[in-house]
Amino acid sequence: MSELYRRFGGGLGTLFLALVGAWLAGMVLAPNVMMIDYALRPNLPPSQLGGPNDVYSLDNILYLANEGVHRAIFFKTVWASALVAFITFLVCYPMAFWLAQHATVNQTAVVLLALTIPFWINEVLRTLAWYILLAFRGPLNAFLLSLGIIDEPVRWYGDGGVLAGMTYAYILFMLFPIYNAIESLDKSQIEAARDLGASTWRIHWRVVIPHAKAGIATGCVFTFMLAAGSYVAPALLGAPGSRWFTEIIYNWFFEGGDWNRGAAYALVLLVLCLAVVLVTLRIARVSLTEVAK
Amino acid sequence: MSHSVELDHVGVTFGATRAVDDVSFTVEGGEFFSILGPSGCGKTTLLRVIAGFLNPTEGRILIGEKDMTPLGPNQRPTAMIFQSLALFPLMPVWENIAFGLEARGVSKAERRKKANDLLKLIALEGYGDRMPGELSGGQRQRVAIARALAVEPQVLLLDEPLSALDLKLRQHMRAELRALQKRTGVTFIYITHDQSEALAMSDRVAVMSAGVVQQVGAPRELYDNPATPFVATFVGETNALSCTVKGIDNGIATVETAHGTLTGRAGDGLSGGAAAKLYVRPEALKPKGGANRLAATIERIDFEGAFALAHGVAEDGTPLVASIASTELASAPAIGEKSGFGFESANAVVLPDV
Repeated sequence: MSELYRRFGGGLGTLFLALVGAWLAGMVLAPNVMMIDYALRPNLPPSQLGGPNDVYSLDNILYLANEGVHRAIFFKTVWASALVAFITFLVCYPMAFWLAQHATVNQTAVVLLALTIPFWINEVLRTLAWYILLAFRGPLNAFLLSLGIIDEPVRWYGDGGVLAGMTYAYILFMLFPIYNAIESLDKSQIEAARDLGASTWRIHWRVVIPHAKAGIATGCVFTFMLAAGSYVAPALLGAPGSRWFTEIIYNWFFEGGDWNRGAAYALVLLVLCLAVVLVTLRIARVSLTEVAK
Repeated sequence: MSHSVELDHVGVTFGATRAVDDVSFTVEGGEFFSILGPSGCGKTTLLRVIAGFLNPTEGRILIGEKDMTPLGPNQRPTAMIFQSLALFPLMPVWENIAFGLEARGVSKAERRKKANDLLKLIALEGYGDRMPGELSGGQRQRVAIARALAVEPQVLLLDEPLSALDLKLRQHMRAELRALQKRTGVTFIYITHDQSEALAMSDRVAVMSAGVVQQVGAPRELYDNPATPFVATFVGETNALSCTVKGIDNGIATVETAHGTLTGRAGDGLSGGAAAKLYVRPEALKPKGGANRLAATIERIDFEGAFALAHGVAEDGTPLVASIASTELASAPAIGEKSGFGFESANAVVLPDV
């Protein structure tokens, strides 16, 4: 703080602090406080707002606890998000390792460009592309049929489709943190491990992954949170049997007209996701500041 | 007896660059062998070829008289000590040392025991549970050596491992490495650009320049009988005097220089009438006596401790350096004074110009 003032002087320093404060208060604190406020009040017609029935209670949250279908979708969303994070990790790790340790400068540039270009397009359109690819009479089924791998078209929409769409959507959020982490690994450590007789598997398990742990944790936290809060992929690529918790929240807000219950559901999702992230980081012995870097 | 290492016409080409060109020599089992050369001469490339990190473009590597050219580094009886040491920073010291054993499936209790034995060998008993980052430079150095010795290699490859240490520690580690090599009997191949390091520690030295091995020999041999102009100038200080060969008689060449007619031992490939250089060491130049006499004006005297280097210029502009023992500095010529120096023919060598 004193460093800030020393560097920018009183006027500019105060302005910076005020801007950060306004951001935190207006963009972070206020919406969350409002959400908590909504979540703890009953859904009342406008005439009764502020009346004797407008009291704080845990009813909205308890409703979720007692509603079996919603509860099941809730837990499924959490573990499926973890699965998305894990699969994205499996896809990204080898690529990140290759990019960071083996690829030439040109190869890296080409691959990173190829990975980034799809992100110039809106997320809805990108997911729509998967919607077309995975269609019952779509290109993927036609391709697999022509190769003789399948005898009849497969219905990809559902859990598989959602998983594919999300993994694709979040690749960069996983790839870059891991790439950055592995890039800082001294190549001679890998060579030393190999020279001492370690197998490829052991080199990764004992040398590369411990070094890249913070990057991997960052990627997993990003991917998990994004997946748990995702709406487009499950809405487009899902099936009635693969509903995502965000869809239920959406329904409460815009179809059920019950913002209070929607807010309560969203709050529970936020709290549980935060808990999962913090516990996982604790188990992996990575501190939150390492992830924030 | 540890394995010998034989390089058989080894060449390495990177794109258009010839990094190592037709290198052949044999390192005897149990020998302390150094490869000496300036940076970029291909010595590290050569070491990586011996370790198996790099496939030679042509030629063969024989370790213990077996052809190991196609084998990877994990299949060769060699262990490498990297310039950066490459200790695993997230493992405690004992796990670092036992990593090679872990890779070989040795049980944890046995690994721990072996690590403790090695810690004793490098005088770091009780440091097993520290992290590498908590050790000093010299201690980390010793841990890297222990880690390499843990896999009981036949050949230890060292890539300038002392270059990051300060002078006192470096001199201490030199002696320690030498003692360790004698005690373990492992063949050491040591890469360095520091000629005093190579001369002090090695049984034999290969001098490399621009991908080519210039000479292989014992330190004394390189110093006293350099085979090429590069070895003459790179190993130790020397004075080089341009000359024309007048005749060679009984191994002694008589040459014509700007300082008159001088004599020195004739090197290989010297022929009458050819352009050549006469090389004479600073310590061979004496103020009095000598079959050959030179004159120079003293420009400055650099005091180095045990001796001083008198830098002078001959009449034709050739720089000359003579070494004066500190105990004789009192009778040394004064700066600005014209002074004569003499040397014996046996202390000079004449090599053809290239």
